[in-house]
Amino acid sequence: MELFWYIAIAVVLAMFFILDGYDFGTGIIHLFFAKEEKDKEVITKAAGLFWDSNEVWLVAAGGMLFMAFPTFYASVFSGFYLPLILVLWLIIFRAIGLELRGQFKFQMWKDIWDASFGVSSLLLALFFGIALGNVVRGVNFGGVEKGVSEYEAHYFFLPLWDSSFSPLSKTPGVIDWFTIIIGIISVVTLAIHGANWIILKTNAAINNKLKGVILKLNIVLAALTIFSLIVWKIINPNSFDNFIEKPYLLVFPIIYFTGLIGLFFIKKLKKDVYAFALSTLLILGGITSSLASLFPVLLPSVNTVNEPLTIYNTAGTEYGLSVALNWGIIGFILLFVYMIIQKRLMGGKIDNMDYGH
Amino acid sequence: MEDMLFYDRLQFAFTITFHYIFPQLTMGLSLLIVFFKGKYLRNNIEKYNDAAKFFMKIFAINFTMGVVTGIPMEFQFGTNWAKFSELTGNVIGQTLAMEGMFSFFLESSFLALFIFGEKLMGQKLHFLTGFLVFLGSWASGWFILATNAWMQHPVGYEILDNGKFVLENFSALFSNPWLIPAFLHNQLASVVTSSFVVASIGAFYVLRNKQIEYGKLFLKTGVIFGLISSLLVAFPTGDWNAKNVAKYQPASFAAMEGIFETEEAGAEIVLIGQPNMVEKKLDNKIAVPNILSFLTYQEWDRQIPGMDHFKKEELPDNIPALYYSYHIMVGLGTIFIGVMFLSAFFLWRKKLYTLKPLLWTIMFLVPFPYIANLTGWYTAELGRQPYLVYGLLRTTEGISPTVSSGNTLFTLLGFVALYMLLGLLFLVLVGKTINEGPKHQTH
Repeated sequence: MELFWYIAIAVVLAMFFILDGYDFGTGIIHLFFAKEEKDKEVITKAAGLFWDSNEVWLVAAGGMLFMAFPTFYASVFSGFYLPLILVLWLIIFRAIGLELRGQFKFQMWKDIWDASFGVSSLLLALFFGIALGNVVRGVNFGGVEKGVSEYEAHYFFLPLWDSSFSPLSKTPGVIDWFTIIIGIISVVTLAIHGANWIILKTNAAINNKLKGVILKLNIVLAALTIFSLIVWKIINPNSFDNFIEKPYLLVFPIIYFTGLIGLFFIKKLKKDVYAFALSTLLILGGITSSLASLFPVLLPSVNTVNEPLTIYNTAGTEYGLSVALNWGIIGFILLFVYMIIQKRLMGGKIDNMDYGH
Repeated sequence: MEDMLFYDRLQFAFTITFHYIFPQLTMGLSLLIVFFKGKYLRNNIEKYNDAAKFFMKIFAINFTMGVVTGIPMEFQFGTNWAKFSELTGNVIGQTLAMEGMFSFFLESSFLALFIFGEKLMGQKLHFLTGFLVFLGSWASGWFILATNAWMQHPVGYEILDNGKFVLENFSALFSNPWLIPAFLHNQLASVVTSSFVVASIGAFYVLRNKQIEYGKLFLKTGVIFGLISSLLVAFPTGDWNAKNVAKYQPASFAAMEGIFETEEAGAEIVLIGQPNMVEKKLDNKIAVPNILSFLTYQEWDRQIPGMDHFKKEELPDNIPALYYSYHIMVGLGTIFIGVMFLSAFFLWRKKLYTLKPLLWTIMFLVPFPYIANLTGWYTAELGRQPYLVYGLLRTTEGISPTVSSGNTLFTLLGFVALYMLLGLLFLVLVGKTINEGPKHQTH
């Protein structure tokens, strides 16, 4: 039963990063590449029409985590207090940026909200990557100093950074050079994904140029991927054991590398939707590989005093989890039905849809 | 520790207060939008469709604000109230997760379709999407109220040796005797707010002599919905809730009614007075004897326990705030009934649209239903103190053990600044939308 909810939440989280991921990516591309007002307008529209129905996946993931793994929810949300609140603020700036730009006609107004949308999307992508970096690196459970826990074994509190900025520190912070690398990987991945979304949904003048951009970003991504794998192995020597013990888990890294390699052929693909599918694989593979490498651990411990959090020591009771299965399955079917209805009705290029006035 | 608790509570109170400005309008307004759209389907008069679309614009702005201020609420359970989440997540995680999955999804998926899809879908489907938005927003209220009802009056749980609450009976969460009265009261109160908003915009148009046709339609609709909902909010739903408090939280009941001393032969109802916590009495009190006993139990001389009856640790920790919240809510509710009754009378006599003093009154009353809704919630939440889960888990036991007060103060200041900006932008946008009006545009 724990396993079912673990997979369910992983699916919902992956959906969030795939769907809202293209909104973040759209924001990043908008920030760096959109120059003409016509492009800016259509690119914000490509995110603006969809962000709120994509963001609900985050809310659903939060709710399900709360229900199925309450101890994990409590520990992680209080432990990553500052970065989470910063993410909340950035989400607000992202949303108002998208919603407000079209409300008045003068250019200064639009510029302000474009910046709000672009910068917060960039920082959100970075922060989500850093979060993933923290999850694979682990935290100092119990606030252990000199072998003694300062608080209950399954609680922790991370400062934004430790003076050493090193993932090998005994008391690592949220930001260190390893998590920054993962953060940059996340930015590059989502930028690729967002560029694919813009090409798919709009007739923006920069679309042709964007394919070249994707190609360059993909080279950066390949280099960073390899680099981060080496670093990861150094930080956590056991990080690939799961894949050796259970070779079927290798399907997740294969998904990732299919996306990565496929994107090198972006200029030869017959349909734009294929490129979008490839960057979807990239995100899906990236998240699932990270989770699979840790399984059944949810958050590793960097000290030897306290145990890591796993799906077994943080889950709710059997009755609670199985009764939730009844409504959970109905809920899941509905989620996918809504999504399909919505995406079908708003399918195709969105250049001529009314938005914002 | 005291500091941590104080800032955690202050941040939650501030963010939830600001958040609840928005859903209370969207829930009620979605009902009125469905009404306008439904009217249009039947009579094909263009102005009803314009009204539906106009209010959907206002709805959309509110919805965005509701979403971006709502996510911090869900997060704060974990960030600031980790111990509470750890101990109760197995129970209330159910209803909170269902809220996200069933209602929030429904609302946001179909809102975009309602706003952008009229030409795409045809009128019947367009009505249907509007109806689904309404359904989603009310279902959202249902699940949140179910969560709150469990905290007010816990049912269907078991407590393990390690202090964790675990779910024992799922359906008990929804047959909780606290839930239905609270849900109906809350939803009707949100209809009061939206009726006042609709009527107030109508009064503004009529007084300003602009968009008069719409102004009259809004006034008429707002007044009729407003009268019905104001009445229902007081009786039976308000009455029903008060009886629940008397039954399940007698200490809170004494505090909110301002009864310091138990009276043997029936309790009086306090209309005005200021709690004096030093001398344990009400200053400048005006009260009517025996009415409270009658209202609560339909017996004139029934004894109602006063605050002297309870230990200090069981009484709410801020009695004056609780007392004022409750009395402000009740006082405003009474004024709403009066104004709406008068307006409905003149509407029937066909004099409302020219009766300027009344129109001004309606226009300027618009902030007050918001205040009544919020003070109503303050009554519920301050009344639940000093517990998070009534009678079982104290508020002091729920906070995050590792988040220091300095960190919480930092984020609280950030929220205050950011929400001030949001509030300002919200007013500008709504003001602009109202100023442009629903005037039918021919393409």
